[in-house]
Amino acid sequence: MKARAVLAASVILLPACEREDRRLNAVPPNPPQQFVSEVRLQPGPTEMSDTTEGPYDDNAPGTAEGQRLFSQMNCSGCHSNGGGGMGPALMDDQWIYGSRPDQIFASIAEGRPNGMPTWKYRLTTQQIWELVAYVRSLSGLTPKGARPTRSDHMMVKPANSQTPNAKPKNTVKP
Amino acid sequence: MHSAFDPHSPQARAVAHLWWSMFAVGGVIWIAVIVAMLIAIARRGDVDFGGRKRGLTIFVAGTGIVLATFLAYDFAVGHDLAKRGAPTLTIGVTGHQWWWEIEYEDLRPSQRMVTANEIHVPTGQLIEFKLRAADVIHSFWAPNLNGKRDLIPGYASSQWFQADTPGVYRGQCAEFCGLQHAKMAFLVVAQTPTDYLAWRTASAAPHTPPADSIAATGLKVFLSSGCPLCHTIAGTDARGTVGPSLSHLASRQTLAAGTLLNTRANLMGWIVNPQALKPGVHMPAIPLKPAELNAVVTYLETLK
Repeated sequence: MKARAVLAASVILLPACEREDRRLNAVPPNPPQQFVSEVRLQPGPTEMSDTTEGPYDDNAPGTAEGQRLFSQMNCSGCHSNGGGGMGPALMDDQWIYGSRPDQIFASIAEGRPNGMPTWKYRLTTQQIWELVAYVRSLSGLTPKGARPTRSDHMMVKPANSQTPNAKPKNTVKP
Repeated sequence: MHSAFDPHSPQARAVAHLWWSMFAVGGVIWIAVIVAMLIAIARRGDVDFGGRKRGLTIFVAGTGIVLATFLAYDFAVGHDLAKRGAPTLTIGVTGHQWWWEIEYEDLRPSQRMVTANEIHVPTGQLIEFKLRAADVIHSFWAPNLNGKRDLIPGYASSQWFQADTPGVYRGQCAEFCGLQHAKMAFLVVAQTPTDYLAWRTASAAPHTPPADSIAATGLKVFLSSGCPLCHTIAGTDARGTVGPSLSHLASRQTLAAGTLLNTRANLMGWIVNPQALKPGVHMPAIPLKPAELNAVVTYLETLK
């Protein structure tokens, strides 16, 4: 009985391992080696590398930072929380320029025709890798344990702390 | 510099009086109890309570009266602190992880002003703070001036005080808000109304393009790198609202919400690797070349 309880507890605790690994001072790997600096006008660049994992793909704090950047840099202006609008949807399995981390890195860093701007002069490599992790998490390409939950404003009803029509307390009436 | 025992406003004084009177009465009672206990120990032997029921009644009633008096005093102080007249100045304070956005309201748009981590207030006037939170719960606390008030996302609350004496008072986030909660401080700079007005006018003054050629290069580097995506410098194209406003940065005493003194060396170190100085902060390390860094810092130092 006791052994079972210990086993059950470790199974429950195991998924939590390494999720909160904050790599604050880590220097993320540089852009893929054969990084092409110009984009051709046909979909998808040529094969660049066989990278299959981004540095933050299995890292919850890094993905969460990517989520913050996604809204702060106004990615939602075109991609609308991943659902797509003026820009393509990021939640589905359609990838015009590929779904590999290095391909998404290139899409963000270099920009793409018809509207996607170049971000490599504005965001640091680390920030772009964090965005890569978040973009991939939207369609479930990263491990579930590292994926962020839906943001509050996409929930069916507002979070408890954000119930609308709260009256200001102790303020002067105009 | 950062103590509720050194009050500099009527509000903080009321709280300090309450605390000291509780301390004094509590101290007297404690000494009396210890003395009574020592007497009891010295006497030993059996004590007959038969004829002393009256003393016990007085003791219980006395305890009740003391507690009830303090309860009433406590409520009275809370009631007084919750009342306030019309403020002469309203300042918006928004808590972010891990810095304070300070907004001076004004009916004239040109005089509206946003700054960060340093609140200048005139002495002898009631100042109201409208408190908001951008991400998680924070708490606004300048111990020398008033008690705490939480900043809760989605709710508006307010706090107020009237600083008596000019001085610099440190404030601190008093609700755990994440990794760098401890390094989320602010300064309240209380000035005489004349000094305050001079500061206010200078701080709302429009941005002057740098005359120095290195500083001019710095402005170019600032605008063409990642900086303006997060930071604002009023009067330039930098209008980001993600991080603290850098308008008049050089006039502030600290960097990164009280983490560092505002010196050239600290500013350079902060830009090159903020994670080493405040691990977890949302600002990334900015890969600038040495000449570019020198230019940017020279430019930022002109923002008096």
